[in-house]
Amino acid sequence: MSGTFLGMPRRAVPGNRPGAPRDFPTAAEAAGRNTTLLENLRHATHTIRDKRARAVAELSDWPELRAAGAAIKDEVLLRLDDHLERLEEAVTAAGGTVHWAADADEANRIVTELVHATGETEAIKVKSMATQEIGLNEALAGAGITAYETDLAELIVQLGDDLPSHILVPAIHRNRAEIRDIFRERMGEWGRAAPGDLTDRPAELAEAARLHLREKFLRARVGISGANFMVAETGTMVVVESEGNGRMCLTLPETLISVVGIEKVVPTWRDLEVFLQLLPRSSTAERMNPYTTMWTGTTEGDGPREFHLVLLDNGRTDVLADTVGRQALRCIRCSACLNVCPVYERAGGHAYGSAYPGPIGAILTPQLRGVGSELDASLPYASSLCGACYEVCPVAIDIPRVLVHLRERVVEGGEVTVRGSRVRLRPARGHAAERAVMRAARWALDHPGVVRAGQRAAGRTRRLHPRRLPGPGAAWTASRDLPEVPAESFRRWWRRTREAGAGGGTASGDGQREDRS
Amino acid sequence: MAERMRVGLFITCVNDTLYPDTGRAVVTLLERLGVEVGFPEAQSCCGQPQFNTGYRSETEPLVRRYAEAFAGYDHIVTPSGSCAAMVRDHHPGFAVPGAADAARRTLELTEFLVDVLGVTDVGAYYPHTVTYHPTCHGLRALGLGDRPRRLLERVRGLELVELPGAEECCGFGGTFAVKNAAVSTSMGRDKARAVVSTGASAVCTVDNSCLMHIGGVLRRAGSPVRPVHLAEILASTGESAGATGHGTGTRGAIR
Ligand code: SF4
Repeated sequence: MSGTFLGMPRRAVPGNRPGAPRDFPTAAEAAGRNTTLLENLRHATHTIRDKRARAVAELSDWPELRAAGAAIKDEVLLRLDDHLERLEEAVTAAGGTVHWAADADEANRIVTELVHATGETEAIKVKSMATQEIGLNEALAGAGITAYETDLAELIVQLGDDLPSHILVPAIHRNRAEIRDIFRERMGEWGRAAPGDLTDRPAELAEAARLHLREKFLRARVGISGANFMVAETGTMVVVESEGNGRMCLTLPETLISVVGIEKVVPTWRDLEVFLQLLPRSSTAERMNPYTTMWTGTTEGDGPREFHLVLLDNGRTDVLADTVGRQALRCIRCSACLNVCPVYERAGGHAYGSAYPGPIGAILTPQLRGVGSELDASLPYASSLCGACYEVCPVAIDIPRVLVHLRERVVEGGEVTVRGSRVRLRPARGHAAERAVMRAARWALDHPGVVRAGQRAAGRTRRLHPRRLPGPGAAWTASRDLPEVPAESFRRWWRRTREAGAGGGTASGDGQREDRS
Repeated sequence: MAERMRVGLFITCVNDTLYPDTGRAVVTLLERLGVEVGFPEAQSCCGQPQFNTGYRSETEPLVRRYAEAFAGYDHIVTPSGSCAAMVRDHHPGFAVPGAADAARRTLELTEFLVDVLGVTDVGAYYPHTVTYHPTCHGLRALGLGDRPRRLLERVRGLELVELPGAEECCGFGGTFAVKNAAVSTSMGRDKARAVVSTGASAVCTVDNSCLMHIGGVLRRAGSPVRPVHLAEILASTGESAGATGHGTGTRGAIR
């Protein structure tokens, strides 16, 4: 299991679904040994990153758009209950049915019952993060319902019995040769088989997927989706996609079920306008999104006859109670933060152990799931705090700030909201040694005399310092040299040269000094 | 202008202990520019390691110490982008008297030179090929912009060469460097490779923490490229930089 959890077999494709990582550093280190994976990721992220930068640079009012996007989302979050009630009214008035799901289990149960009620045992799916988050496909499978992914990359992931590793490009960790192997070996089990002589040319791969999926679009009577936005004033759902498969799923079936996080509501169409500019440029670097499907309830003789909206909480209301962490709910899932993140680029998406990889995952998962597990407690540390994510985020989520906030939660504990009640968290275990070091360091740093003594001792023994450290220090010296400790600290030099005679101020130290004043 | 200003040097714990040459360079440079530099000995660490790792309660005494140590200075100048960012962005969030005020008076060295003193030509001479890595805190948190570059461009003898992928993080990240050592090292190696590809003989930043990381990777790889703090370049004049090639740094140790 351990060696294959990032799923890069030379020849595909036995069931190699990645297991849950133990913690982020271990998973990232394993990913780092997979050079094919790293090359795929590096190439893909840098390409999208550069394209995004160009697309954004075209707009002179990008900072204003970004500020507007953040402000609208903040406003929505402050009065989320009002907006959701308005949305429910509008959806219901337009012929849809609204269901409220407090958590993943409830959402899965609602969707399962809705599908059962149609008498069908299969459904086609539009790529959706929310259904990924709640593990809907697995829940449906357990109830005898097969959900077919129709987004090309999701199809690759599903056929390969794999997990998505990117929000926008779920199969970013796969290269063309692997995709060909997966198609050749697996498509037949799920429906129309791929031609035996399939090559890894993109056009051939796309054609094989088209034929395979077309069969499903024409047969399916139930469609399942998420939504990028929900417009409260009219009850309109919005799905933004690039392939057109989504539109097939949203228009052809008789019954449409959409599972949508409650934070996806926007008050008005005017607000939507801002996001339809922010999202395409940030995610696919397109000026305008290719397939934007919008629907309002049901319409006689046009599209699905039944529409169900499942509003998903699953921890979101609890996140809302955290004044620093709640900005994560502004996220419009553009994936720009993943594409600029140097850590994501080297760790891959599976290391984050949830539907949400990269910087957004590092701040969202520990809030939605808590920091109880070793993996979830390691996520806020999966960052050098370089700030590249914050810089590109179209809704200005200060990801480094939230990361530090969550680190505090891990090591110091504190109050959080769980299922609506305030709970006092204890500091996470496994940080005792670090806590002792931090405390000792703070104590010493708060006593300059102690620091001086330590510096002097270090300076005297500097010839004896080892090049490789034991214990936690080994993590540094395994790959990097240590700086040499100087014979004299700055403090000591200052005392010796400045304080001795002149009593501070302008006494001369080393070097020349030509005053030009 | 420079005569009556009270300027306090915030050396930072890393520079104090490991890179005193940088501190001496700042003093040399500022005094050459006519600034009277004070060094309040009560100063310590900005609390960044504790704060960024999540130990907020261990940070507070250091925030308090900072505000008290630097009370009364018009400007607090520090040769560290990340410590300046820590003070400016995070100290005001602590309920400590004077913290917000001290934060407002804190400037990274290049900000002080360019914005307060209004100089870009500091009379330096450094006859070497140098590449500049804009550290993340300098670039994104402080928004130093082209200040370091403008200063470097006016150094006589210095040839500035572009660093490919300059804006990418070097991978240091404080405790990140040991908590996620594999990813940190991989980032460091890519940065080091980019540095070497420029053909420069020195890589310079406004932060010795990043340089410790980049330099540590370079040295482990046996590279002769030398990490140099910007202050040390700006402090050099003909006399100090000429013979030895790179001044007299403890980091010299080219193997
Ligand atoms: S956090 Fe920001 S950049 Fe990242 S996916 Fe969400 S909206 Fe996009």
